[in-house]
Amino acid sequence: MTELVFFINQVVISGAVLGCIYALGAVGITLIFGILRFAHFAHSELMTSGAFFAFMLAALFASWGIVTPIPLGFVVLPLAMVMSAIFALGIDKGFYAPLRKRGAKPVILLIASIGVTLMVQGLIRLFFGAGSYSFFENETKDIFRIDLAFLGSTRPLVITEPQLLMIIVTVVSVLALHFFLTRSRLGKAMRAMADNPDLAQVSGINTALVVRVTWIVAGALACMAGTMLALDVTLKPDLAFNIIIPIFAAAIVGGLGQAYGAIAGGLLIGFAESLAVFNWTMVLRPLNAVLPEFAQLPATLSLVPTEYKLTVAFVILVVVLLVRPTGIFKGASS
Amino acid sequence: MALLELKHVVAGYGGAPILNGVNMAIDQSDIGVIVGPNGAGKSTTLKAIFGLLKVTGGTVEFLGESIANSLPDKLVPKGLSFVPQEKNVFTSMTVEENLEMGAFTRRDDFSETMQWVYEMFPVLAEKRRQPTGELSGGQRQMVAMGRALMSKPKLLMLDEPSAGLSPRYVIEIFETIVRVNQEGVGVLMVEQNARQALAFASKGFVLAQGQNRFTGTGAELIADPEVAKSFLGG
Ligand SMILES: Nc1ncnc2c1ncn2[C@@H]1O[C@H](COP(=O)(O)OP(=O)(O)OP(=O)(O)O)[C@@H](O)[C@H]1O
Ligand SMILES: [Mg+2]
Repeated sequence: MTELVFFINQVVISGAVLGCIYALGAVGITLIFGILRFAHFAHSELMTSGAFFAFMLAALFASWGIVTPIPLGFVVLPLAMVMSAIFALGIDKGFYAPLRKRGAKPVILLIASIGVTLMVQGLIRLFFGAGSYSFFENETKDIFRIDLAFLGSTRPLVITEPQLLMIIVTVVSVLALHFFLTRSRLGKAMRAMADNPDLAQVSGINTALVVRVTWIVAGALACMAGTMLALDVTLKPDLAFNIIIPIFAAAIVGGLGQAYGAIAGGLLIGFAESLAVFNWTMVLRPLNAVLPEFAQLPATLSLVPTEYKLTVAFVILVVVLLVRPTGIFKGASS
Repeated sequence: MALLELKHVVAGYGGAPILNGVNMAIDQSDIGVIVGPNGAGKSTTLKAIFGLLKVTGGTVEFLGESIANSLPDKLVPKGLSFVPQEKNVFTSMTVEENLEMGAFTRRDDFSETMQWVYEMFPVLAEKRRQPTGELSGGQRQMVAMGRALMSKPKLLMLDEPSAGLSPRYVIEIFETIVRVNQEGVGVLMVEQNARQALAFASKGFVLAQGQNRFTGTGAELIADPEVAKSFLGG
């Protein structure tokens, strides 16, 4: 029982947390790809800058002496999401829209987005330096320890308050996104434009408006993902840049352009990464008693050493693309 | 004043013009049929009217107002709809969602129009919750027409609505087009089944090399021995 609880703490909870962040990032990438047909590399910077917006707002609130029952990072999140949506609109207007107007190819837009990545990261370093920040300098990070002694476990189930809130917030956002895409006029227009842009135009759909809505949704969700990541770990200028590979893998694995696919892909890669680096010795240690001397378990026994965690996303990506080249949820090919 | 009037329209895709002076006039009571050999510029004419490529000469008037180079999001509310020949449905969306997209420019209640479309195509009412990609070719063509009718157009433009359909469906689609017209929607369509389509056309246009060769009622064109010989296969 103790071993099972350890497994849940290490794999299920951390996998879910990672999966939520990947999913929220990948949804934005997949929506942008569906509407604008290019891989938005700078999505990591929307996440990181979103987290910095939230950090500044939280610091401002704290300086006014505002104390809230849940971490300030979550309280300011809606405001930070608005700021990020505006920021995303500005980036599109300033950098991508002029290129689209000249009929630039997707690869040019991709390269422009790499430029945006460097620029935004540079700006963040200019203002905040290269160090890391914590949302919990003045607040305490509540940690819930659920005692499972009655089940015969000597270990409690451990989940931090940000982690719990993060899972709740992600579930609510995914549901909201689902209703937006399936019930609202603009959400349906977004799906129509991703499905068949020429016919969307012929139908009289205001495609420029759909593009703006896409940036608003993608920017807001990126801010949410970035802020929650910063609440779970620490805030630094390369916060999300470090995880852009698994996020892209999640979007591709799910089928580019498929919002539900990106969510499934995000969760899949999140859980797979946690599982891959899980130290099985912790669970299998009791076996040492019956195993002969020469076959004793090593101190760490995991599928992949932690420092090679990044390879997990690649392996899943390659396997999925070999079996189903369009991704799990049949997205755009190539 | 005609509903739609083209005078000496010159248009192309950026290179040499494809249309070199197309003339056409359609009333709301008309079914206009454009026929002609492959590459004559039939599809190009419809696209030029609908603002999908640049009109560089001549005039395009809708209800007496110039619409040359207006974009679809301005044209649809004015009462013009277009069904392209290919990829004319949103395959990943349900039949009903396709119809809703046709009504995107409308901010009023369009449930009556949807009812009207379902009466016209009863099979679509049955399949309203099905993804359009799962439908047969004939049913997709109905979705495409239904989508274009959702904006309550004064003029419906169709590019080869019978292409690739079995003879049974061709007749069904043509019957529906006549019915739509009887309900007060002008029609301008391009057809390869030229003889069949001209039979119910009130206006016929034979296009070749980007210009009108013959213009008349459908019956006149069928009866014209020269048209029959060169363009209707004898
Ligand atoms: N997107 C395009 N870009 C450049 N040229 C084009 C384009 N589409 C068509 N053309 C050219 O314009 C000319 C007229 O094409 P159009 O599609 O209007 O012919 P059509 O009369 O509809 O023929 P069909 O019976 O084959 O449909 C052709 O020579 C074609 O090669
Ligand atoms: Mg054609």
